[in-house]
Amino acid sequence: MDMHVHDRRRFLALTAAAAATPLLAACGAGFGGDDDKSDGSAADDVTGSFDWKREKGTTVKALLNKHPYTDALIADLKSFTEKTGIKVEYDVFPEDNYFDKLTVDLSSGRASYDVFMLGAYMVWQYGPPGWLEDLGPWMRNSSATGAEWDQADFFPNLLQADQWSLKAGAPLGQGGQYALPWGWETNVVAYNTDVFKKLGLKPAETFDELREIAGAIKQKAPGGGFDGMYGIAVRGSRSWATIHPGFMTMYARNGLKDFTVKGGKLTPAMNSPEAVAFTEDWAGMVKQGGPPSWTSYTWYQCSSDLGAKKAGMLFDADTAAYFQAVEGASPASGKIAFHPGPKGPDGSLATNMWIWSLGMNAKSKKKSASWLFLQWATGKEHLRKSAITHNHIDPVRKSIANDSAYKDKMRHLPGFIETFETVVDQTKIQFTPQAQFFDATTSWAAALQEIYGGGGAKSVLDGLAGDLADKVG
Amino acid sequence: MGWRLALRPYLLIVPALLLTCGILYPFGLGLYYTLFDFSASKPQPDMVRFENYETVFTQEAFWNSAWVTVLYAVGAAAVETVLGVAVALLLHRSSQVGRVLEKILILPLMIAPVIAAIIWKLMLQPSVGVINYLLRPFGLGGVQWTDTPTGALLSSIAVDVWVYTPFVAILALAGLRSLPTSPFEAAAVDGAGWWYTFRRLTLPMLWPYVLVAVIFRFMDSLKVFDIIYALTEGGPGDSTVVLQIRAYLEAIRFQRYSFGISYTIVLWAVVYLAAMVLVKHLGKIQRKAAEVK
Repeated sequence: MDMHVHDRRRFLALTAAAAATPLLAACGAGFGGDDDKSDGSAADDVTGSFDWKREKGTTVKALLNKHPYTDALIADLKSFTEKTGIKVEYDVFPEDNYFDKLTVDLSSGRASYDVFMLGAYMVWQYGPPGWLEDLGPWMRNSSATGAEWDQADFFPNLLQADQWSLKAGAPLGQGGQYALPWGWETNVVAYNTDVFKKLGLKPAETFDELREIAGAIKQKAPGGGFDGMYGIAVRGSRSWATIHPGFMTMYARNGLKDFTVKGGKLTPAMNSPEAVAFTEDWAGMVKQGGPPSWTSYTWYQCSSDLGAKKAGMLFDADTAAYFQAVEGASPASGKIAFHPGPKGPDGSLATNMWIWSLGMNAKSKKKSASWLFLQWATGKEHLRKSAITHNHIDPVRKSIANDSAYKDKMRHLPGFIETFETVVDQTKIQFTPQAQFFDATTSWAAALQEIYGGGGAKSVLDGLAGDLADKVG
Repeated sequence: MGWRLALRPYLLIVPALLLTCGILYPFGLGLYYTLFDFSASKPQPDMVRFENYETVFTQEAFWNSAWVTVLYAVGAAAVETVLGVAVALLLHRSSQVGRVLEKILILPLMIAPVIAAIIWKLMLQPSVGVINYLLRPFGLGGVQWTDTPTGALLSSIAVDVWVYTPFVAILALAGLRSLPTSPFEAAAVDGAGWWYTFRRLTLPMLWPYVLVAVIFRFMDSLKVFDIIYALTEGGPGDSTVVLQIRAYLEAIRFQRYSFGISYTIVLWAVVYLAAMVLVKHLGKIQRKAAEVK
């Protein structure tokens, strides 16, 4: 009997040891590092003359965000398959979960998706760990890239937005090309022409005017037949996405910086006296003329409030207003006009951008086919069709922006083309590139909420700068 | 003894062993990762031993999150217990209506908490939400429910209460239905009032059931993520950033994996200790309830 007990104990001990083996192995194996990294690019393997059919029979897997631009892409995928013989399988996720899904997928080190949508800010997060393929060698290889792709046709600021040297604080437009511009958004003011006419208002040329108009609409519009209307819709949720549209645009137009860079070292600058004053004014504008329950406002609420005639103005992506302005899209359609928004004290129209880009997984086993897909998706033929027959507006290519069919399509929206042409050259990423971007901007949004709730702007922003100094320094 | 009989104990233990390994392996690995500075920017990290924990405990953000988590868990568990027991008492008394209400009561439990939070987010919306619409006749139509720190925390607790009070009520109702009838009959013969009977008989005998509900709800509330994230994203400011949200932000959004896991390990330790204390207390309560019976 004793022997029996002893045997059982020994069995349990051995089984436990066996179970622990993978744990120890995992410990020893480390953290899934980049063990097959090489300096050469797979683009160098592509030789001979350029051929769309080179990867015929291959299937490329794409991860896409639910968006009108995506709808336009999916609607035209058949053309790509006909042109190349490459099949595209795709998953579409809503924006709330999209980047979590992409981040987890890329960090796993697997090539579940060969290509995906991302923003320029994501390059700062996904680039340093080596998750993104440098597309520069592909673009430079004439065997891999057809002449009609025409790199010079892209707005240069858009192409530069996805280029980075992976060094914190280093300016964009240098280093690897980690994604390609595919669709973008510039941040401007859209307004309800009815309420402006009724109250005798003109679009604001300065930030002070914008605050006054926002307050005036909130005060006077409900009595003037615009029941429940407030002045200005701007984002307010506790998210990085709150900072980058209207807020960062106006911040940049005031000549303000998020960080100062000296010798490669970043110092938070959102607590400079000028930045504190501006942030206080912005929070004041929201209190005076912003939406109720602002702290939960995302682009979706802002956009739909403009469309539902709940907001007199929207300071956000031009696309957010466009999707409400098109005929039949909302109660306010036909009554929405576009304006570049207030200038800075020195007349600056510096504008922050959001850029939907397409990137390639560095771990992809189908890089050649993936590159053909990226080339097609960012090419003139597809983008022109998407801009004219679908809602893929704000073209990344100059030829499409100047295309008469595109202009005819957009002309019925008052001020859209003029606004686009006014700000297009001054629209760029206004943030300092650095890997802690999401932490910095999420905390910045939280700070903005605190100030809106009555917290002292200086102490809140000093606290924010103190926290961030350790993380980015 | 045949070899089959000799092998049986080992075979019987295999499922339990596999299950245990399935639980312990990720846990052990997570624990191990906290000893490194593993992040997206450092995929081949150095061993930093307990530095992550040191940083966690010296961060003001951690103590703020810990405080919010405790406030949330205590608030939600307390309100749910009181309401749940009250509802159970009401349902236990009435017969026909009670049966109908029982079925309605269970509805919130069938909704995913994140969906419940989104529904409530719409209902609490100040300008178009139904709550302010209903309050408008009383001059209270302009409340901005989630725009202030206190409002956001209370709103989150309210959603939790809406979702989980039925859980407490169902457990308490099951308890009420299993109580012996003789002590109550004796109390009625002696002319004891409702309050006296409730205080001296019902509650002491019901406590073990209620405490089971409290343990479940308190531990669950300490780990809350979905309701708060869907309702407030942790805002305004940091006012509703509970430990789970902080861990999610650190590990997933900001990709500081080791640091994020350290937060979850600390949370695990807190929940484990709280559960130990409560379970120990449950034993005492059960013994007292047995004495009353």
